[in-house]
Amino acid sequence: MSSNLRTICTLCWADKKADYFDFNWKSQRWNLVVVFGAVIGGFIGAHLLSNGSSVAINPDTISNLRNLGFQSAGESYLPDELFSFDALSDIKSLVILLIGGVLIGFGARYAAGCTSGHAISGLSNLQLPSLIAVIGFFIGGLFMVHLLFPLIF
Amino acid sequence: MYKSEAASWFRIYEMFQFQSFHMYGIIGSALILGIIGVQLIKRNKLKSFFGEPIQIIPKEKGIWQYLYGGIIFGLGWALAGACPGPIYTLIGAGYVSLLVVLAGALLGTFIYGLLQNKLPH
Repeated sequence: MSSNLRTICTLCWADKKADYFDFNWKSQRWNLVVVFGAVIGGFIGAHLLSNGSSVAINPDTISNLRNLGFQSAGESYLPDELFSFDALSDIKSLVILLIGGVLIGFGARYAAGCTSGHAISGLSNLQLPSLIAVIGFFIGGLFMVHLLFPLIF
Repeated sequence: MYKSEAASWFRIYEMFQFQSFHMYGIIGSALILGIIGVQLIKRNKLKSFFGEPIQIIPKEKGIWQYLYGGIIFGLGWALAGACPGPIYTLIGAGYVSLLVVLAGALLGTFIYGLLQNKLPH
């Protein structure tokens, strides 16, 4: 799912700046089709197949999150504090979303795959590199949630 | 992805708190089906829709790119609560803020492209 990021960069003329983007993007057109499908699927899932959008997470998780300042825990699909339209005018949430995005893009391409490429497809093919990447995902994720969240939020 | 709630920030947080089986169930069941599917393809030498043999190209051998890249990706996955797929799913669902995450992800990819030759792989 992350190879499309490279393709889109190439379409934005990143191939003029780095060899990494200098490839025949037409051979990778499939990943743009997948992106298109994911957008349509998200629209259908949210607007045609859902009744309300709250996510029934563990009550212990809800109380953890309320302590961190996420009052919307258990009541919405994404935390309003970060993702609501109003939060877009808040510098702190904007910076968090942007940095989160940069880490996702950089990390996924450095590791040559994300959750779908390594945790699902790569492990399905029983590849050692994917196991290493998935262990990395959890080292990073656990570090963020347990050590950095109390500092950030 | 939307209906399974794998695109929910809350489910990712819950997963990293080990407080629910939910995300492990999604990834685990996809993985079990994936292993069966790959084995069926390999053992029966199945062909694609276009009649070509299906080849699965293994990732290059190595440790550091997968470990370092994985850790950086994990930090972002937990912070923004979305991996690359759900970014698009959520944009489709109407969450405009995800465009900021997408812009960040493209920027991150671009930075990786610039630094690729200087990083350990």
